[in-house]
Amino acid sequence: MLKNKLNGLRRSPKGLVVILFAGLLVVGTGYTAVNAAVNTSPQAASHSAAQINYGKKLFLSNCASCHGKNAEGTANGPTLIGVGEASVDFQVSTGRMPGASSGPQMQVKPVQFTNDEIAAMAAFVGSLATGPAIPGAEYTSGNGDIQKGGELFRVNCAMCHNAAGKGGALTEGKYAPELMHSSAKTIAEAMILGPQNMPVFNDANITPQEKNDIITYLQYLQTHSSAGGDELGGLGPVTEGLLAWLGLLGLIIAITIWLGAKSN
Amino acid sequence: MSNTATAKKKNGFLAGTANYVDERVGVAGVLKEFGRKIFPDHWSFMLGEVALYSFLVLLLSGTFLTFFFQPSMTDVVYNGVYAPLKGAHMSIAYASSLDITFEVRGGLLMRQVHHWSALLFVAAAGLHMLRVFFTGAFRKPRELNWVVGFVLFVLGMAAGFTGYSLPDDLLSGNGLRIIDGMIKGVPFIGTWISTLLFGGEFPGHSIVGRLYSLHIMLVPALILVFLAIHLVMLVLHKHTHYSGAGRKDTNVVGYPLMPVYVAKAGGFFFIVFGVIMLIASFFTINPIWNYGGYDPSPVSAGTQPDWYIGWLDGALRLAPTHLEFMIGDNTLSMNILLPLVISLVFLALVALYPFFENWVTGDKREHHVLDRPRNAPVRTAIGAAGVTFYAVLWAGASTDLIATNFKMSLNQVLVTMQISLIILPIVAFMVTKRICLSLQRKDREIALHGRESGRIVRLPHGEYIEVHEAANEYDLFKLVDYKDYQPTLARPNAEGKITISARLRATASRFYFKDSVSPATMTEIEANAHHAHEIEEQVQKAIENQKL
Repeated sequence: MLKNKLNGLRRSPKGLVVILFAGLLVVGTGYTAVNAAVNTSPQAASHSAAQINYGKKLFLSNCASCHGKNAEGTANGPTLIGVGEASVDFQVSTGRMPGASSGPQMQVKPVQFTNDEIAAMAAFVGSLATGPAIPGAEYTSGNGDIQKGGELFRVNCAMCHNAAGKGGALTEGKYAPELMHSSAKTIAEAMILGPQNMPVFNDANITPQEKNDIITYLQYLQTHSSAGGDELGGLGPVTEGLLAWLGLLGLIIAITIWLGAKSN
Repeated sequence: MSNTATAKKKNGFLAGTANYVDERVGVAGVLKEFGRKIFPDHWSFMLGEVALYSFLVLLLSGTFLTFFFQPSMTDVVYNGVYAPLKGAHMSIAYASSLDITFEVRGGLLMRQVHHWSALLFVAAAGLHMLRVFFTGAFRKPRELNWVVGFVLFVLGMAAGFTGYSLPDDLLSGNGLRIIDGMIKGVPFIGTWISTLLFGGEFPGHSIVGRLYSLHIMLVPALILVFLAIHLVMLVLHKHTHYSGAGRKDTNVVGYPLMPVYVAKAGGFFFIVFGVIMLIASFFTINPIWNYGGYDPSPVSAGTQPDWYIGWLDGALRLAPTHLEFMIGDNTLSMNILLPLVISLVFLALVALYPFFENWVTGDKREHHVLDRPRNAPVRTAIGAAGVTFYAVLWAGASTDLIATNFKMSLNQVLVTMQISLIILPIVAFMVTKRICLSLQRKDREIALHGRESGRIVRLPHGEYIEVHEAANEYDLFKLVDYKDYQPTLARPNAEGKITISARLRATASRFYFKDSVSPATMTEIEANAHHAHEIEEQVQKAIENQKL
């Protein structure tokens, strides 16, 4: 009886609607759940209205000329709706924003705002739409596996940022910056966001633990100077060759001139 | 009887030993001959010596390193003291290099001494070659020794490259990968040779061991052999000297090897060693621990070879893209073949230049007095063009670092260098030749009219003259002691025919010597001296009159 009834329902147009609806429901909620797990959890609504208002004020006077009054974007700057708090924090706390001029890439400059101001602007942009939140201690604690971090860094990051984190060239005047002065938070944000030319390394690609490993490795490089003496900018054979010619051979030639000068 | 006994005693141990050795191997004659070899004093004659001494330092420090280095590519788990690599999988070669660096006492210093002196060895040899080129020291009878020196330079690059690849770190592995790519780019046989060299597909498990054999046996042995030939020829040919009073093609003016130069050269060895130690103590070179063990998947940004391979890397980087084409199933990668061919042609030109110049001048005499670079304008200009060509290729190896550090676009840097590679050598040729000719004319002017003294004198009839000081006789030597070749004409041979070779030679001769500036002759100098003397008399007279 029941079987027949179900079979009948399946073949009727009504049944098609039900099945479609159920299917969409499963896929949709599933996607949302996975998406939430993969990306960062939805914005914690812990910002006071006052902070968001303050952020809006700062935004209107400092950012709106390029990003639009409602952060909808203009010809000079992209929309900031949905970029998340992490993006604002990354761009402003490294001094890249506000940008001084257009060019191949936004430059690191002296930071223009206080931490409170940056937090307020981040809160404002975060309140517009959901986006990546500022990474927490699970990314940035710096107590990860240093060896694994080094390996991950060489495989995923070294082709642009150099094996020793000294940066490298990209096309048409763009470049991957050096990482020897970047804070743990900045590095974590960069991996989550993929700012400018950097690809996004989301948490499914490189887990939060692995991101922490990479940061731990970079912090080791930042705090340990070379065992072999001055590292000549860490630029490898080019500066070594320069010193070999100008310093080493130069010094020896100066001595030969001194030795040869006696006969005159 | 008793007299001879006391005499023997007086001579003491040293003389006794010397006598003992001489009676058995007859070394006195050799020493006498060798000890009387004359070395002229000039700083530029010591550059080859610097290369020789850095080679000695390389042998010493290299021997130390062989005690601890293990050339095996077997996989191990690193368990040494360097924290960021603890627990990492790597080859034994890399692990033992890390052990030398962090755990062998003095190991890091020795590694740095070895590497710095390798850079110095090739640099000093290169500069020595340039000195020989620009002073024309490669002319008869030294053409063959130029070729031997050239072989030494190439062997130096080979020694450097094989050594650079041994630690099996990421940087050197990236370098090897480029070599592998270049070999594979050779049409038809490339892939076979690569498989043979690496013992299978890159990176394989054999390459470090094979490079090690080359690096510590074959290449240094060849360097020693060619070094011996180089030095024996140096003794046979006797040393060249710069022109000056009493310096001729038939003599050498300087100090004997014994005792002056033995002391000088011995001391100089320790100075070179000392400077290398100093630099190695204060400056890191090749921080392999930063790069990690080699693994074919990662490639680091800013990967460069050591400086002496830089020009080859630059040639690869500057090669235009999209030039490859197919012959049957074989791709001809012109972006690999073009740089390869250009580098080999460049090396061949360097090796063969002395023979070419000799063919152009047709000069069969021996030359022991060196040219001042200005007195061979076209040779100097060719040298400058060659140096510029090399320098652009060399700079080409660091396009990425130039772009990032000077805030420029990588693409524009690359295109600028591609254009410079063709334009700049031509500009360098023209500018250098002009400078040489101007300097020659200035020399001629000074020889004939002396130096402007800045003394302005008014003669009684109102004329102002500047008094010129005649060059003294010693300086005069330097200014006029050179041969000005004249362009030769293509002459018919015995059969009355003008061969193509004769025509080419006449064209080359015109290219070399059509603007040559002849040195001031003795008659001209004397005539001018007479004239100057008359003026000086007038001046003296005028001064006397004023006093009255």
